[in-house]
Amino acid sequence: MDYFIELLFSGLTRGSIYALIALGYTMVYGIIGLINFAHGEIYMIGAFTAFIVATVLSIYGFPLLAIIVIAGVAAAVWSSAYGYTIEKIAYKPLRHAPRLSPLISAIGMSIFLQNYVLLAQTSDFLPFPELIPDFEFMEPVAHIVGSSDLVILITTTVVMLILTYIIKFTRVGKAMRATAQDRTMAMLVGINVNQIISATFIIGSALAAIGGLLIASHIGQINFYIGFIAGIKAFTAAVLGGIGSIPGAVLGSLVLGLTESFATGYVSSDYEDVFAFSLLVLILIFKPSGLLGKAETKKV
Amino acid sequence: MDNQILKVNGLTMDFGGIRALNSLDLDVNRGEIVALIGPNGAGKTTFFNCITGIYAPTEGEVYLASPGSDTKVSLKGLKPNQVTEKGLARTFQNIRLFAKMTVLENVMIGRHCRTKATVLGAVFRNRTTRDEEQSILETSYDILEKVGLEQYVNEFANNLPYGAQRRLEVARALATEPLLLLLDEPAAGMNPQETIELEKLIKEISSEGQSILLIEHDMTLVMSLSDRIFVMDYGKKIAEGTPVEIRENPAVIKAYLGEDVDA
Repeated sequence: MDYFIELLFSGLTRGSIYALIALGYTMVYGIIGLINFAHGEIYMIGAFTAFIVATVLSIYGFPLLAIIVIAGVAAAVWSSAYGYTIEKIAYKPLRHAPRLSPLISAIGMSIFLQNYVLLAQTSDFLPFPELIPDFEFMEPVAHIVGSSDLVILITTTVVMLILTYIIKFTRVGKAMRATAQDRTMAMLVGINVNQIISATFIIGSALAAIGGLLIASHIGQINFYIGFIAGIKAFTAAVLGGIGSIPGAVLGSLVLGLTESFATGYVSSDYEDVFAFSLLVLILIFKPSGLLGKAETKKV
Repeated sequence: MDNQILKVNGLTMDFGGIRALNSLDLDVNRGEIVALIGPNGAGKTTFFNCITGIYAPTEGEVYLASPGSDTKVSLKGLKPNQVTEKGLARTFQNIRLFAKMTVLENVMIGRHCRTKATVLGAVFRNRTTRDEEQSILETSYDILEKVGLEQYVNEFANNLPYGAQRRLEVARALATEPLLLLLDEPAAGMNPQETIELEKLIKEISSEGQSILLIEHDMTLVMSLSDRIFVMDYGKKIAEGTPVEIRENPAVIKAYLGEDVDA
């Protein structure tokens, strides 16, 4: 039973990290219909930013909590700057081009960013400082649920609640939903659509950066390639849940995380990806729009 | 004082070899209801698309009065959202509501360009943001009451009856505080009862000083509402005048009914 609970929690942890990244995919898709393949790289850059800031701060002997907060904010801001710039450079000029063009541009951006970090940081795995200490009160259950699992679960839940609030109730959130539904009409009611698209990229990037910080400190090492794998997984999760749907991205991520965790635990860790992608194939065969996605109807 | 709210000079729009609008002049005075009529394909909706910034006109100028000053601003080259900010709001021939949002949200969206809360403001809930949200809510409720949709506030827009959806479009446009309200066939597809209610609504809005430019095919509605009428055919203005003048204008009769074969 303990083993089951351990796998359950590790699955939820994994899933909530995927969710932080998947949200960026799904929000961008919802608003401009583009799969932003550079999104995984945003997450990787977030992890690197957090790494650099945290390392520097720990040399100067900052308290752990301050390091986490400052590194988190720095990662979110820096990644957002990247997300914003990528949209302006690689996607905005192609807004009215055929759908394939921005997609190719996104893949190019992804390869560029990987190689750029590879040049700057080498291909070695860098040891990420352990930011989340083992809490004393977690000791009795520490063999099942780690302290960092707990922190990740709480952080992602809070972040998702804030996001839900923003999307549902704020002025910017309403404008985002309006833009996603009908861009021309949104402009006609006075919404600056370019600003809203930028805001979407910024929010999505900040979420990915927080994910980067959390996972890096959980796993303990990073390199330039982590964005690719995480990006593919989160993309899978977003499609699984129904791309374009925000609750779908969260649900898809949790399902994917749990599947991987149980497959690793009960079958073999070699088959982790096999199970993840088989799940994707199955869902796409039986419910192509994803778990919560709506089938697209086109008016003729 | 200059009484014009909209002034259009020589507006021309070419689509490839087709001249959809041919050097069109039009003006609307403060507080007026002006109708734009013409047979199908005359270019009426194209005209709306040109002045709201959806299309960039080939030639011509569009000027809109600016509040608190005597000079007019040119709308040339502005994007649709900027045009809306300057004070033009419109509805569509085929309804374009945000279907997956509630009635209230649809109207609140219209307040977007008149407010400025940011994401950070929303997360930290500072004073300005809270006050602004309060005022958006109040204005939106007022507008919904005015158009008679207050019983639907929390319904999804696409669950509304047809006539109510049309009125919601008007409400959303009004929420942007337009200087001039553009209505593109507001009575299209309505039953007689709904049309009568719409007429009442337009009269009521107009009595509060709202200037209105409308495209409409329902001639009873046009004749009873309009102060002046512009008639278009093949992208050209063929007549303008009061409802009485238009009714008797031979060019208009010809455009609508065709020429008498024997004559």
